[in-house]
Amino acid sequence: MMGKATAHSVVEASAVSRALSGAVVALYALITITPLLWIFLTSIKTPSDSVSYPPKVFSEPTVEGYCNLFTFHSRQDSDYIAHLPPPTGRCDRLARSRGMVIAGASKTPGRLLNSLIIGFGSTFLSVFLGTLAAYAFSRFKVPAKDDLMFFILSTRFMPPIAVAIPIYLMYRQLGLIDTAVGMILLYTSVNVSLAVWLLKGFIDEIPREYEEAALVDGYTRLQAFVKTVLPQAATGIAATAVFCLIFAWNEYAFAVLLTSGTAQTMPPFIPFIIGEGGQDWPAVAAGTTLFVVPILCFTILLRKHLLRGITFGAVRK
Amino acid sequence: MNQVSNVSVPPAQSGLQSRLGGMSDRAVAWLFISPTLLLLLAINIFPLIWTVHMSLTNFKANMGWMKYKSVGIANYVSILTDADIWTSMQTTAHFVFWSIFLEVVLGFGLALLINRKFRGHSFWTTIILLPMMLSPAVVGNFWTFLFQPQSGLFNYVVSFFTGIDPASFQMIGDVKLAPWTIVLVDVWMWTPYVMLICLAGLRSIPDYIYEAAEVDRASAWRRFRAVTLPMVMPFLMLAVLFRGIENFKMFDMVNLLTNGGPGSLTETVSITLKRAAFEKWQTGWSSALAILLFVTVFGAANIYIKVLNRVKQR
Repeated sequence: MMGKATAHSVVEASAVSRALSGAVVALYALITITPLLWIFLTSIKTPSDSVSYPPKVFSEPTVEGYCNLFTFHSRQDSDYIAHLPPPTGRCDRLARSRGMVIAGASKTPGRLLNSLIIGFGSTFLSVFLGTLAAYAFSRFKVPAKDDLMFFILSTRFMPPIAVAIPIYLMYRQLGLIDTAVGMILLYTSVNVSLAVWLLKGFIDEIPREYEEAALVDGYTRLQAFVKTVLPQAATGIAATAVFCLIFAWNEYAFAVLLTSGTAQTMPPFIPFIIGEGGQDWPAVAAGTTLFVVPILCFTILLRKHLLRGITFGAVRK
Repeated sequence: MNQVSNVSVPPAQSGLQSRLGGMSDRAVAWLFISPTLLLLLAINIFPLIWTVHMSLTNFKANMGWMKYKSVGIANYVSILTDADIWTSMQTTAHFVFWSIFLEVVLGFGLALLINRKFRGHSFWTTIILLPMMLSPAVVGNFWTFLFQPQSGLFNYVVSFFTGIDPASFQMIGDVKLAPWTIVLVDVWMWTPYVMLICLAGLRSIPDYIYEAAEVDRASAWRRFRAVTLPMVMPFLMLAVLFRGIENFKMFDMVNLLTNGGPGSLTETVSITLKRAAFEKWQTGWSSALAILLFVTVFGAANIYIKVLNRVKQR
């Protein structure tokens, strides 16, 4: 308390040093955000603007990148284009101004859908399994509890490529290669460890008295779990779900080795968005933007629980 | 936590047994835990055992019809005496050491600054955190665009500040620069991770310790050495161990940024493993390498979880 009264207290840094700290941190933040802003800015450039030198920060915004991301083009001669019915939309008009014709939808919507199905499917499963296990670990005497918890977390540290070799062989036998079911099971097995550890922390914080009161009132254990624990753990379950979703959404190593077509997700697909004569960077940037924006929003929403999530519930702030 | 669990077995519970829908607590516990354990056994442990089995054979997965035979520990011997493996281990060590060193310096530094609670600190902190949750693969892919020698933003910025011709160097293709390129992108992504954990450590230090140090007229450096550092250390260990494990097995970012190139200069162990397993199809040999990797990671994870539990008790 005495320290706070003095001008040079360590606890309360001086105004000048605080302002300086703020300036340094803000500078770092601006540097760190530049690549992300650049992704977005590239996504609204024309292909030639995107590779111009010196780099153009602002250019006439265009949706061409997004059009190219979602459509297939084919080059046609000007005679052919002149005899076509008038263009039906902005993408159509843009394509024709480049001497191209939209030949149909690209693979992007399918890949996005795969990412959503596999992401939400594995998130649901891992949170479901994780909640049950976390509750049991939190409330019951389980033999060798610490060893089991250790075992569960240690599975998360397996190098994905090392696991991928036998999984590849096993899935080949079971016909699970390049299937959503196979990927959902695989991502669940990775995420369930995080879910158990995080949720155990959340459930540990819920006072037992509620359940015990419910038990005394004649509820069965299962009813008490559903009626008292689940509602109180809702925030924790939601935060855990978002962490699982982010992992599954971002995962690349398993996806690139075990999917190639029907079940391919966005991360292995985005690098292979190519246009005429090489990589179509505005389209890649558009795909990256669409892919990254939900995660940025989730990160901001999760801000309060971020620390917990990245330390498996060990550091709670 | 232990105290709570002792309280949790009230004598009344045995009287309640009959009302638990015919299920004892023990049965409920196993009912709840076993699905998770079964899944992990099926998708982690069974494959692991299979890997051990394959690592002792000369199996090739792209020639599954061929009879394979046991070769004993020949694969392991071949790996441990393989100069290329040691090169890729060195590459990995360079990557792990420098990325983590820089992340600790920057992350700890930023945490110290943010802890001074200037105006808007929580806004800037949130901005700094953003790269951390993104997909290393997707972002790594985009960095190849930033690193393009002719038109990339990175080369432009470097030449803007130093006057070096932006076309005269390439971060990804250059023998000297490529190993630092993967370090750079990793530092960009994961400095916030170290920062966030250090910040938690700093905030766990009660004010009265500093006040006591001040009464003792300890110098700023001494306060840092005697109070801040030891108090943050367990948190820092946590961050370093976790990043160490993750970077040791780093695959996605490196695969898309440099794909191990130029040549095999940025070929970390995971890339070597991928090439052996899924390009050369030396399944037996790569299984052995996978087991060696796994043992290393498992050892490190063991230490990590011990530190984790220690931090948890604070």
